[in-house]
Amino acid sequence: MDFNDTPEEAAFRAEAREFLAANAPLKSGSRPVLRLGGMDAAAVQRCKDWQAKKADAGFAGLTWPKRFGGKEASPILQVIYNQEEEDYSVPRGLFEIGLGMCMPTMMAYAKPEQLDRYVRPALRGEEVWCQLFSEPAGGSDLAALRTRAERDGDDWVINGQKIWTSGAHLSDFGIIVVRTDPNVPKHEGLSFFFLDMKSPGIEIRPIHQMSGTRHFNEVFFTDVRIPDTQRLGGVGQGWKVSITTLMNERLAVGEVARPDVDDLVALSRSVMVDGEPAIRNGAVRERIAEWYARSQGLKFTRFRMMTAMSKGETPGPENSIAKLVNASKLQDIASFGLDLMGNAGLVVDEDMAEAYAMFQSALLSSPSSRIAGGSDEILRNIIAERVLGMPSDIRVDKNKPFNQVPTGAR
Amino acid sequence: MNFDFSDDLKQLRDQARRFLSEQCTPEVVRRSLDEQEPYAADLWRAMADMGWIGAAIPEEYGGAGLGYEGLCVLAEELGRVVAPVPFASTAYLAAEAILAAGTEAQKRAWLPKLAEGSVIGGFALAEGTGNPSPNAIRARVSGGRLTGTKWPVADGNIADIAIVAARDESGEIALYLVQLAGVARRELKTLDPTRDQARFDLDGAAAEKLPQAVGWSVVQRVLDRAAILMAFEQVGGADASLQMARNYALERFAFGRPIGSFQAIKHKLADMYVALELARSNAYYGAWALSADAAELPLAAATARVSATEAFHLASKENIQTHGGIGFTWAVDCHLFYRRSKQLGLALGGAPFWKNRLVDLLETRNAA
Repeated sequence: MDFNDTPEEAAFRAEAREFLAANAPLKSGSRPVLRLGGMDAAAVQRCKDWQAKKADAGFAGLTWPKRFGGKEASPILQVIYNQEEEDYSVPRGLFEIGLGMCMPTMMAYAKPEQLDRYVRPALRGEEVWCQLFSEPAGGSDLAALRTRAERDGDDWVINGQKIWTSGAHLSDFGIIVVRTDPNVPKHEGLSFFFLDMKSPGIEIRPIHQMSGTRHFNEVFFTDVRIPDTQRLGGVGQGWKVSITTLMNERLAVGEVARPDVDDLVALSRSVMVDGEPAIRNGAVRERIAEWYARSQGLKFTRFRMMTAMSKGETPGPENSIAKLVNASKLQDIASFGLDLMGNAGLVVDEDMAEAYAMFQSALLSSPSSRIAGGSDEILRNIIAERVLGMPSDIRVDKNKPFNQVPTGAR
Repeated sequence: MNFDFSDDLKQLRDQARRFLSEQCTPEVVRRSLDEQEPYAADLWRAMADMGWIGAAIPEEYGGAGLGYEGLCVLAEELGRVVAPVPFASTAYLAAEAILAAGTEAQKRAWLPKLAEGSVIGGFALAEGTGNPSPNAIRARVSGGRLTGTKWPVADGNIADIAIVAARDESGEIALYLVQLAGVARRELKTLDPTRDQARFDLDGAAAEKLPQAVGWSVVQRVLDRAAILMAFEQVGGADASLQMARNYALERFAFGRPIGSFQAIKHKLADMYVALELARSNAYYGAWALSADAAELPLAAATARVSATEAFHLASKENIQTHGGIGFTWAVDCHLFYRRSKQLGLALGGAPFWKNRLVDLLETRNAA
């Protein structure tokens, strides 16, 4: 065992480090970047500028085909770049969905001339993409979605509603899965498209989240027309295309949110319990040790995955564990950190609160981590079914035409 | 990045798994459980012949020179089958203590015998209730004679020699090699009868100091290294428990369907899997630290220990739960893992001791 890069990996890491050092400030010692949505125009522009710079330097779309500005590099180089970028404070949060999920789906299903038109602008951050999947009636049970598309000549006419769409209000284009046939079982009646988010009939309403910010949206469709040429995959094949998108979601490497255990250690040194720094307290030490072991376990699980990738293996559903563990850990660390602060833990004023109020902020934002991008429950199902080979749930709606499936009162 | 065992070691693992599935069946384990034999002597001899006991002992001292990663691989497989053999006591503790603190002559005298399995080693640290602590060491050596009470000592009744922690005339803690023939020993009834445990009443037993390293730090060094190796046993046991629960969830039907189709069972199994994978990854880091003799070893050991103890405890108790009533019977093997989980979790000190140590080490690291 060793942690050494191959010569090729080492050379690439050095290049990445050089690029980052020349173009971005180090994260260490800086205030945490609290990305709570609510991006203003200036923040959007900073993201776009950074993405263009990164793409021009050849560090965006590393694994993509060269004809779209990629490098056709091994996925391990993407992981290495992400590792290096983690040390720097860079404006992110606008392109993860477009580049991580929309473009891989486009590349699998769109026509060559469409790829020539859309992929490069997405890679340079000139155009922002969103993913229109979840609906009020279809979240974890995505295939229960109800937004209708009806054929009208060369177009499809869309009516319905999407929800929890990150960044819809900032997006130029989106990918969408809709119901084209309600008379067949739910998975068979779906089709998949991409569309212009400025199309007439689209109304975007930001959702006021419990954390106080507005990052997600409701998106309403009223007679929105999409040309059939923008269909991805066959009519009725939308579920299969959606799976392509969701597989890529799992590969998108998420950075560990703060506060993590190091932040809790730092807090425990400064906050007093019974006249001593909290870190002297046995109960505090026990929790720190447990979270540290979990954080390290995830770090080394990622190293094992990188090793497998280096050998040309594709990461499987095993990697669902990172999000599952991190989301709860974040919520629990946030809550525990506040407990150490006593009554002052309530105060969110950044100038007075400990650690720039990151514990308070995480308390309110962390519930979404346990839901978005595969809820805790769905991830456990995935592990049980795809890794451990448990049988799928008995699905009472499986062979019923969608329009005969029972629904709750709506 | 090469954070995996080599192909050679994976081959060793496969061979070991095959061998143990034939030679260390539940029937073999149950002979110790039912106190028909204190340990599986035939298995022990076969392991010695294959070079397992001396896997990490240098070849110059009669070992196989497979290195620590090889020993880790074997530990996982032995944990998987709840092997009733004095492997940890001999290979992780006695041999490691002699390597850490013995003179050249002591190494030459004892390591080859441990490696060939003709001498079983023990490690006598605890003096009754309580986690490892220098304050708990009251055994004393005076004029080469050791006096004190040590319990529990794993494999103490079947061991030929023991490494005993005691204080010298000046009160300093050191490790002493005691030949056990003639020492008053008593078999203890324990939660896990598949492993022998003894009480030693030492009354002026001849004791030979291991003088090359003294003080509590050498005790801790031995514990740290053993914690990593034992973490692999725990990972093996957790994996076997999860597999057992998984297989039962597929074959057992209730309400007209396999119980594994219920989310209550799926989510339980998923949680066991997550804990196991985290523990495995932390154990791998420990294996790297052992083989590289890295400065990070103590922190890696505490982390691996905390993680592995949690994973095995969870997997062994939820395996019983997945089985329901049948899992609570003597006849079904769930309890072998449950017992072993606690035995391994308490040997070397319980979870609170290691969690506290982990944070101590974090504080030291952050202060540096």
